Amino acid sequence: MIDIDNINEIWQTIARNKTRSILTAFGVFWGIFILVILLSCGNGFKNGMMRQIEGFATNSAFVFTMPTTEAYKGYQKGRQWEFEMSDIQSIKNNVKGIDIITPVTSIYTYNGDNNVFYSTKGGSFGIKGVSPEYNEVERSKLLYGRFINETDIVEGRKVCVIGKKVYEDIIGLDKNPVGLMIKARGIYYQVVGVVQTYNENVMINGNLNETVLLPLTTMQKAYNLGDKFELLVFTAAKGSNIKDLQESVKDIIKERHDISPTDNEAVMSVDFEQLFKVFEALFTGIAVLIWIVGIGTLMSGVVGVSNIMLVTIKERTREIGIRRALGAKPSLIIKQILEESLLLTVLAGIVGLMIGVAIMAVVANFVNISSEDAVMFVEPNISFVTAISATVIIVLSGLLAGILPAKRATQIKAIDAIREE
Amino acid sequence: MIKLEGINKTYFGAQPLHVLKGIDLNVEEGELVSIMGASGSGKSTLLNILGILDNYDEGNYYLAGKLVKNLTENQAAEFRNRFIGFIFQSFNLIPFKTAVENVALPLFYQGVPRKKRNQMALEYLDRFGLKDWADHYPNELSGGQKQRVSIARALVTSPKIILADEPTGALDSKTSVEVMKILREVNASGITMIIVTHERGIANLTNKIVHLKDGVIENIKENNLGSIDLERDVK
Repeated sequence: MIDIDNINEIWQTIARNKTRSILTAFGVFWGIFILVILLSCGNGFKNGMMRQIEGFATNSAFVFTMPTTEAYKGYQKGRQWEFEMSDIQSIKNNVKGIDIITPVTSIYTYNGDNNVFYSTKGGSFGIKGVSPEYNEVERSKLLYGRFINETDIVEGRKVCVIGKKVYEDIIGLDKNPVGLMIKARGIYYQVVGVVQTYNENVMINGNLNETVLLPLTTMQKAYNLGDKFELLVFTAAKGSNIKDLQESVKDIIKERHDISPTDNEAVMSVDFEQLFKVFEALFTGIAVLIWIVGIGTLMSGVVGVSNIMLVTIKERTREIGIRRALGAKPSLIIKQILEESLLLTVLAGIVGLMIGVAIMAVVANFVNISSEDAVMFVEPNISFVTAISATVIIVLSGLLAGILPAKRATQIKAIDAIREE
Repeated sequence: MIKLEGINKTYFGAQPLHVLKGIDLNVEEGELVSIMGASGSGKSTLLNILGILDNYDEGNYYLAGKLVKNLTENQAAEFRNRFIGFIFQSFNLIPFKTAVENVALPLFYQGVPRKKRNQMALEYLDRFGLKDWADHYPNELSGGQKQRVSIARALVTSPKIILADEPTGALDSKTSVEVMKILREVNASGITMIIVTHERGIANLTNKIVHLKDGVIENIKENNLGSIDLERDVK
């Protein structure tokens, strides 16, 4: 099928008629180039938007407690209540389809008094008790050391993981913080790690960068919280619906805490899925629009190639006539014109693809350097799959562009070469 | 080698034009024949039919014993490629191919591998003293050189017959002599050759002169070539 000799012949025709070839190929080059630029920009905006909510498991939900609004089982309405550690196990046992479930509790600093100190330097930060799984829900970048682990929880170790801003403010960037002792609300903890949040726009009970994370069990003991906690975070396993899970979780919680099944306000929950869905729909719409515009541009390029090739076929009557006189069969002429068109469009398309990707890489680099926080435009590039589909489109359009000129070329008879004098 | 029996050809245009009105002609193997005639006598049409570039309406045309009639495009291409070598007045070299590539082109259509066909093409160019010009493009060659390249191209497939359409028409008299010399040498090597010309001097260098007038053969004159002085007789 692949005939090197034939390809050489075609390449020669293309390469030795440079102006003609470049003019012919430009339309396709431009079409693909614009398509790549548009798709990359679309992706850039999408990534920018997604970064706003990045760092959170997209299928996560938060459940928190509110005063009851109905009297039930002898309790009056307006009762304050809290989660207990045993709730976790009970939910794990009774609700199918939960991937991660983790408790969180916080101590807030109200009037901005300094509550965390290293040596003599202090600051006002949030203190949050978590378990190791918490890292799966609010994802963060580990700058030093490690996150809280299972042993910390079991042994109730006095260790802490601090946010980046805590580290900056009270320890200072010039010091390795791991192993240092800091004082939070009057109790000393050893720093085992430093984390930086991926995203300052979405947070659970305060900015992670400005938080001291303690093992939940340590925190409960140290500050006399019993086995209570205030926030339940969970994620849906693949294939299960976060909405349904929230209802199941709420039902169990209500039963365990003697809350009326009809009380809709005592157990509240929030999930990100809906938000994500809106974003997804928006960007799918934009992507469709981009493809329509891009393919349109490409099609006009293809029509251009076809058109110019038609004109050149007219010009090439003599060449094709000579070829016919020398024994070229019509099928070979068709093959040659089609392959010429294919080779031209594929080359032009790939060059367009590469230049488009290269330019967007430069733009991406520029955007990254100029603004770490200007998150509206992030990583404007196309995926490998997109590049492949663009290539397939180029090949198809090359064949498409060649059909008409090839047909015209077969109508040229050998005798035309001699007549044209 | 060539046998024509009652060839008729009419061009159907706004006014039907009966160009060939029953041509009977025999050309033996190794002959050197010229076809002469005034403009409009049908000599070019006859050559086109002989070269299977055009078809005819009536009669029979036998080439090397095979009937050439109602061929498909593919068969015609095959015949032209295997049996016939063309030499044109305007050379008809492909401008973006070098001399050697032009000569090798018919072999490409025979499926001869690149290396081999370039080598063969080079041999033929060498035979006509053009080895040093092998990598030049046609526009870098003189008229005589171009015609020698096209002769090499016509010969490279070892055809049965060579059809030359006014081979010296675009050349000055000195170059014409050179080209005719070459064509006679080629003929002497055993290849049948038919030359269409309107120049008496050229026709006089062939063994047989066929005079065409108004679509019929007026006469066929045997030409005794004995000892001939090319320089003198061309003009």
